[in-house]
Amino acid sequence: MPGIADPTRPSVSLDGPMISLRDVRVSYSGREILHGITFDVQRGETLVILGGSGSGKSTLLRTLVGLEKPTSGEVWIAGNNFSAISEAERDDIRKKIGMSFQGGALFGSMTVGENVALPLREHTKLEDSTIDIMVRLKLDQVGLSGYEQYVPSQLSGGMKKRAAVARALAMDPEMLFFDEPSAGLDPIIAAGIDQLILDLKQAFRMTIIVVTHELASAFLIADRMVLINKGDVMAMGTIKEMQNSTHPRVRQFMDRVPEPAVAQELDYLQMLTEQQPRQGSPSPGKSR
Amino acid sequence: MEFARKVGASVINGLSYLGSLATLAGRAAFAAFIGPFLGRPVRFQSAVAQAMEVGVRALPILSLITFFIGLILALQSAYELKRFGALNYVASAVAISMSRELGPLITAIVVIGRSGSAFAAEIGTMKVSEEIDALETMAIDPVHFLVTPKFIAMVLMLPCLTIWANSMGILGGSLFGVLQADFTWIRYIHASLEALFLRDVVTGLIKSVMFGVVITAVGCLEGLSTSGGAEQVGRSTTRAVVVSIFLVILVDLVFTTMFFFLGAH
Repeated sequence: MPGIADPTRPSVSLDGPMISLRDVRVSYSGREILHGITFDVQRGETLVILGGSGSGKSTLLRTLVGLEKPTSGEVWIAGNNFSAISEAERDDIRKKIGMSFQGGALFGSMTVGENVALPLREHTKLEDSTIDIMVRLKLDQVGLSGYEQYVPSQLSGGMKKRAAVARALAMDPEMLFFDEPSAGLDPIIAAGIDQLILDLKQAFRMTIIVVTHELASAFLIADRMVLINKGDVMAMGTIKEMQNSTHPRVRQFMDRVPEPAVAQELDYLQMLTEQQPRQGSPSPGKSR
Repeated sequence: MEFARKVGASVINGLSYLGSLATLAGRAAFAAFIGPFLGRPVRFQSAVAQAMEVGVRALPILSLITFFIGLILALQSAYELKRFGALNYVASAVAISMSRELGPLITAIVVIGRSGSAFAAEIGTMKVSEEIDALETMAIDPVHFLVTPKFIAMVLMLPCLTIWANSMGILGGSLFGVLQADFTWIRYIHASLEALFLRDVVTGLIKSVMFGVVITAVGCLEGLSTSGGAEQVGRSTTRAVVVSIFLVILVDLVFTTMFFFLGAH
């Protein structure tokens, strides 16, 4: 296969990478969103996937949890090629994965407690009383003790995210995925979610993958970062490496510099107000 | 040439839509009838809740509508029968057309309006808010979890509702019979029962089971294929209702034709 950075099959051993992507390409209705992504995520590592809107970072996350099928390339999770195994085997791997969606994706027709209990009821033969205890435990972990009987519509945005994390933790997963954990939250609540991720990381040594565009949050929680730009891995490294990067596009992202197109629009405004058309560019003031 | 291409494309689209419907209905039926024997129990509570919603809660409005339909049928047939002095055939006319045709059809249309649309809206909203994705990442099959209970509820409740609708229609007809055609209540009901063959009722019930399959499949498929935002949920709901009504009438035509030729022998 062309374009493979590391053609060796990812190791299946316990200290091998938890997740490996090999030249993963994903297309929606003929348009390619991801153009050959290759990277590894080590066990117990927290990887932050950074990228602008429309960069393909959410698609990447959806591919990692198996919601999107790669058009080519391989996704290896815990030593299994995700796209080559049977549906039943895929489900077994999914039970080791916890996913917290952007809007929480809690089931509106169930209480918070029932939401957290759902994977346990579906996949285990535990007694109801045991499940109740586990639900309380998971809600304690995310700071939502006593909210079992609430329905999701009664919760605030931050609480919904916490409840979603509790549900993701229900099956004691080895891997935890977050889609935009701080999107739509005020800075204090968002910092709370960051702290929650840090706590989980320390307490359980889980492999955590976070998709975000919040730099502050990324610097706080990441062991390593991947910067996705227009469906390609543009840079990858530790926080230090990213901060010291000289790549212009990485610098632009890290320093929060607007796109050149936006800068030109600002010039345009300036031209209009100053009545000084620049050479080579059309001026709306010409006709006057 | 352009016209032929368009016709071809829409035929292919239509067929692939029917294929998706059949696949979805097949998966739901498998999970409902075969799954339990393979150690994958049906979510019984959810099925009961759906049956409550689809069946029991539809009774008041369905009763009212089919009562009126029965009355209308009596009035319409009496208009023609009176000229032949055959007013006492009103009872059999109402009973047969309710059981064979209008009972199942009106029931299906009421259920489409109440439940087919609700299925599409519920599942569509879940799709848009990533709840369906959440089910998949939790290794829970959305078809088994969401569609199967609805499927069971529909396939069980639609025949029950149809029997109820038939009775209410006959009751509506009897109002006319008693007030205008010299029937007593008892005689009207007797005349209706005498006119009916078991075959008439059973063909209606077979149709209603098929309608139940169609309504569930269309409602759930439209919900599951919702993409984008809230306005798409509205669109899916509308489509679910329009497509369901069309397909129910199509299925009705197919089965009525079939019964006609089977009955001729």
